[in-house]
Amino acid sequence: MTSEQSMAILDAKIPEGPLKEKWTNHKNKINVVNPANKRSIDIIVVGTGLAGGSAAASLAELGYSVKAFCFQDSPRRAHSIAAQGGINAAKNYQNDGDSTYRLFYDTVKGGDYRAREANVYRLAEVSANIIDQCVAQGVPFARDYGGLLDNRSFGGVLVSRTFYAKGQTGQQLLLGAYSAMNRQIGKGKIQMFNRHEMLELVLVDGKARGIIARNLVTGEIQRHSAHAVVIASGGYGNVFYLSTNAMGSNVTAAWRIHKKGAFFANPCYTQIHPTCIPRSGDYQSKLTLMSESLRNDGRIWVPKKLEDVEAIRKGTKKPTDLAEDDRDYYLERRYPAFGNLVPRDVASRAAKERCDAGFGVNETGEAVYLDFSAAIMRYGKEKALVTGEEHPSAARILELGEKVVEEKYGNLFQMYEKITDDNPYKTPMMIYPAVHYTMGGIWVDYNLMTTIPGCYAAGEANFSDHGANRLGASALMQGLADGYFVLPYTIGDYLASDIRTGKISTESPEFDEAEKAVKARIDRFIGNKGTKSVDHFHKRLGKVMWDKVGMARNEAGLKEAAKEIREIRAEFYQDVFVPGTANELNPELEKALRVEDFLELGELFAYDALQRTESCGGHFREESAETDGPQKGEAKRDDDNFAYVAAWEWSGDPEKAILHKEQLTFNDIELKQRSYK
Amino acid sequence: MKLTLKVWRQKDRNDKGKMETYQLDKVSGHMSFLEMMDVLNEQLVSKGEVPIAFDHDCREGICGMCSMYINGEAHGPDRGVTTCQLHMRKFKDGDTIYVEPFRAKGFPIIKDLVVDRSAFDRIQHAGGFVSVNTSGNTQDANAIPVPKADADKAFDAATCIGCGACVASCKNASAMLFVSAKVSQFALLPQGKVEAKRRVLNMVEQMDKEGFGNCTNTGACEVECPKGISLENIARMNREYLKASIFSE
Repeated sequence: MTSEQSMAILDAKIPEGPLKEKWTNHKNKINVVNPANKRSIDIIVVGTGLAGGSAAASLAELGYSVKAFCFQDSPRRAHSIAAQGGINAAKNYQNDGDSTYRLFYDTVKGGDYRAREANVYRLAEVSANIIDQCVAQGVPFARDYGGLLDNRSFGGVLVSRTFYAKGQTGQQLLLGAYSAMNRQIGKGKIQMFNRHEMLELVLVDGKARGIIARNLVTGEIQRHSAHAVVIASGGYGNVFYLSTNAMGSNVTAAWRIHKKGAFFANPCYTQIHPTCIPRSGDYQSKLTLMSESLRNDGRIWVPKKLEDVEAIRKGTKKPTDLAEDDRDYYLERRYPAFGNLVPRDVASRAAKERCDAGFGVNETGEAVYLDFSAAIMRYGKEKALVTGEEHPSAARILELGEKVVEEKYGNLFQMYEKITDDNPYKTPMMIYPAVHYTMGGIWVDYNLMTTIPGCYAAGEANFSDHGANRLGASALMQGLADGYFVLPYTIGDYLASDIRTGKISTESPEFDEAEKAVKARIDRFIGNKGTKSVDHFHKRLGKVMWDKVGMARNEAGLKEAAKEIREIRAEFYQDVFVPGTANELNPELEKALRVEDFLELGELFAYDALQRTESCGGHFREESAETDGPQKGEAKRDDDNFAYVAAWEWSGDPEKAILHKEQLTFNDIELKQRSYK
Repeated sequence: MKLTLKVWRQKDRNDKGKMETYQLDKVSGHMSFLEMMDVLNEQLVSKGEVPIAFDHDCREGICGMCSMYINGEAHGPDRGVTTCQLHMRKFKDGDTIYVEPFRAKGFPIIKDLVVDRSAFDRIQHAGGFVSVNTSGNTQDANAIPVPKADADKAFDAATCIGCGACVASCKNASAMLFVSAKVSQFALLPQGKVEAKRRVLNMVEQMDKEGFGNCTNTGACEVECPKGISLENIARMNREYLKASIFSE
């Protein structure tokens, strides 16, 4: 098993002074690189989503020479594009009492007190700048009739601080970052490498000095050098095979730096999103999210009586046939203060609880209803009142209400109908939790630097701001905060000592060796005389992860999972079949290289979940739940023993990973049970 | 259902390429078109053959990566969807389905159904942005109110996913709908107006350089656009272009 060390080698470099002044003081004191010197400094950015795209653009604006890499055919396709609901910012435009402190507080509490106070406060501090920046770029956020920006509210908070662009906020923000990149690409300040995948990090004298990348079209293995390397390659949710991530989303860049010395923090912190379209068959390749914003207006329920569940599954009853009294609005019942807007982890577990008790409403028994009928009628009445229609009929109210709902969520309703062939205006949606986001990731200090000097991690790829559970509309905020407002400053502090280094040569033993290792991995797959496809193994890994390392975890299951993953990995190397050659566009080879890394990460993930015997946020250990009182059945945290970041050091095998602990201290927030009752 | 698939196979850029025929059984109506392709590929791999290369990523209709003509139409017979959102319930048992890559001079074929759309990126490099640096001191987001109608129209134009269906559907392989969507988004917003003239001139120049054809108002692009980008944008771009050409800076 894993060994444990609590050495003082993890220095988070949190600046001194009061919480509110840390970031300002830090910016004032850190080293900067003068404009003339920036030109001769190269920075590699891997990934072009919100974090990578905004970082690449901002670094190039500052004058650095940037090389950016993405595996898609254009940076605009990074999976940030799929984020729907919105982005948080402490603007207090609604005058509902929002503030930097409140956003900070909600985020730390929402993360179940497993995030760093200083990082989260900085995030809240720069949140308002993000909105200003995006509007200046021409991002078309939703506006009201006065021409000012509109807000909506999201789970786990009591104010309206979420900015949005219909259900396509991620798309609009990413296209904003992409446009900023385009400006710099046009100026020659960013060199863009589309359809390229990073397969190795190169260290020279212990510092990150470059990468080995594969041109996915020609198969060419390339060497790229730089003075610093930024990993912004997103999360690792696809370790579950089925998730809301894009098909290509992968852990490879992050895992490769981990194997070169970057610690991997809290891998077991995964977000299972409560509102996704349930799976329909074995051929399923991904799960589709329905934005959390729908919970502003949708009410979640299952039938109260098992006989109604039976009838619905058989098709003899429709959900709309059930009277109000026969419906169990279980979130409103269990959590009257937050109701349908409880945080994601709470909503997901509550859905699982009802479905495990036999109340799931589809054939698989894994679905609950998300119902808009009440909202449609409410909006219809409001609209009739506003437009002065007297005594509107029920049909007219319905018509008006459906129009309002269409304006708010039209594209989401359309997406749902296309997938399921059901009309959600007429019958409730069916939803079920699915893997969506990973809070864990590469360990970074306050400057976003990993444990490898000169190697940085930003956005979902790092572990930093969301603790054990991320609140809705906070991923976009963090990605852009890291890329626009944090990394461009903090990286200068490191690079200031590199101004005399000069161009890093790619003709060195270190590059030779890294390239050789990559080629060996590729040759191993291409030459393998196996019989099973890459997907075969990926699906098996995903099933173990979902069944034993998913929404509820226990000691026996986690031990079995680690063992089973090892077995799958051994079989994978022996029996995987990768058709085609190394020197062409070969999607099967791309997948094999990614699944290889998922198979190692999956095992570490299980060990991390095993050592954390408390429940916190998205990590629910069945052994650690409240046994009585008003919180009975809710997750039970153990602050005395687990208020730390688990940072894992690679030592040759996931089984031998070394655990380092970064103790979390809370000076500005009192640790409480997270109650949404 | 049982299907016959006629799929374009082309080894690389220089290969001539040809249609190959495949039989597929037990296709469920709930599958997406790409999941059907996955099943076909799994079948090919199990026989030791090279699977069909196609572009795809998000599989929820927003990344714009998936392309392909299905029975001669970009993204297939359904309206307002990308290939990944097309479901097999739109087809019948016994159907023969023709699958080909997007065909346009500006989109050279890389392999099988995968095409090179980097020309779209280069058009964006020429002017698809507002020249504003990242700054912690940008003016407050609410400093300039934007009429809701303008903001909504700008948003509608901005929802273009850059998939290239407009080019693939146009008999002239024109990229006018794609380019006009970006020109419109910025022309409608106060933040974009400052550089509007330069933007439209530069983007149109690059579009021409990339070998895309002219617009002859057939409207096929609008019909096939998975995001419903309106022809109105092309009209707006033409006005912007004319204005910029007459009243130079």
